[in-house]
Amino acid sequence: MISLTTPLTEAAVRSLKMGDEVQISGVLYTGRDAVHKYLHEGGELPPGVDLKGGIIYHCGPVMMKQADGTYQCTAAGPTTSIREEPYQAEIIGHFGVRGVIGKGGMGERTLAGCQKYGCVYLHAIGGAAQVLAECVTRVRAVHFLEKFGSPEAIWELEVTNFPAVVTMDSQGGSLHRDVFAASEAALEARLTPG
Amino acid sequence: MSALLESLIELIRRTSAELPDDVNAALVRSLEQEKKGTIAESALKIIERNIELAKRKSQPICQDTGSVIFYVDCPVGFDQIECEAATREAVKEATKRGFLRQNSVDSITGKNDGTNLGPGAPVVHFHQHREPTIEIRLILKGGGCENVGAQYSLPDESIHANRDLDGCRRSILNAVLQAQGKGCGPGILGVCIGGDRATGYEFSKQQFLRKLDDRNPDPKLDALEQDILKTANELGIGPMGFGGKTTLLGVKICAANRVPASYFVSVSYMCWAYRRQGIILNATHGIEGWLY
Repeated sequence: MISLTTPLTEAAVRSLKMGDEVQISGVLYTGRDAVHKYLHEGGELPPGVDLKGGIIYHCGPVMMKQADGTYQCTAAGPTTSIREEPYQAEIIGHFGVRGVIGKGGMGERTLAGCQKYGCVYLHAIGGAAQVLAECVTRVRAVHFLEKFGSPEAIWELEVTNFPAVVTMDSQGGSLHRDVFAASEAALEARLTPG
Repeated sequence: MSALLESLIELIRRTSAELPDDVNAALVRSLEQEKKGTIAESALKIIERNIELAKRKSQPICQDTGSVIFYVDCPVGFDQIECEAATREAVKEATKRGFLRQNSVDSITGKNDGTNLGPGAPVVHFHQHREPTIEIRLILKGGGCENVGAQYSLPDESIHANRDLDGCRRSILNAVLQAQGKGCGPGILGVCIGGDRATGYEFSKQQFLRKLDDRNPDPKLDALEQDILKTANELGIGPMGFGGKTTLLGVKICAANRVPASYFVSVSYMCWAYRRQGIILNATHGIEGWLY
């Protein structure tokens, strides 16, 4: 298990390899469909949000507003990342993002972006909303809550030992590409000749 | 608050926070089968811990609390209008209490009003029967697994699928291949062979009301279910698409008549966070028993 702390350095990210299990401490910024489309269309980050060396988390958490106005994160697993494929590589490059957390993996454009800019794709366990919410020690701030609604807002999450697996590294390795190719071949061998 | 409303809120809470026993048992078996020290095993261990935590804290197993789909079996004379109104009220209240995420978006304006109510949300299916009992089943189906559902129109040359059971097999296994990673495996398939574009998907989803360990009474469909399960688990896709032994936990297939010109194979995918529960109501609409 490799421990990572945000902000991530390029050297730390470049040393990670496909299949490495990591645990992350520091700050994660949630951002999913609406945020990616908005940033890709030239939208500006809200004041105070700096993604340089940072990690974007594809996640729409369940948040409960407390009596004192703060938020408690009660469920926070990843959402499917491939929907951000049209936007992700440019956002990594433009904002200096070093890590993307999600599930299901991403495509060739994002993989090339990881190589070019020094970034990794970190796979969290889909559906594990409680285990991952327990890693959130504090909800620091929220942005675009009115504009995009709670699941699509940018939430700043302080996390400790958030578990993930490196499935796309900065050397061009992709576990998703490898498993797809192997399973496609295995399926072909199990079909009657067509 | 009416007894029916309280029963429905409790149904939503339990469905969101607790997996049914048959699904739990299948996940425990898959963890025993995975190779030790692999990331597939790590993934299943996190899943197991997550199930325990969600139940203990009475919080959503998955933050995507999904499409809210009720199936109501009721006697003749049961007030369906009142029941539907109660489901809407229950969904609103369950959202306030955090059993459901604010998960319903106006498709045109993009607005999420935080209530989980709107056109088509929630979905309530009524079915009358000659029994005196009222049974209400609930499925919460997340978007990740819903997005990897697929409908094939046979013949489909791209996968060499003709209008026969072999063509159905090719379609279903292709759906498993394409879904990998994205649908939060190990998954469960609900399949309908035949029907039209709408009923095909509808009946495929209704297969999720079956228990994982039941057997299909139709021998041909039973054989196809067993074959797809075995073959899919030989593909090495594994939990979360990490590679590994468990790709599917179950396969449930039904058939519906079709018109001669159409031959659809509709595949719905359910993630491991298979949230399905049901209640039997007593005479005063309290919960008499649980169905799963």
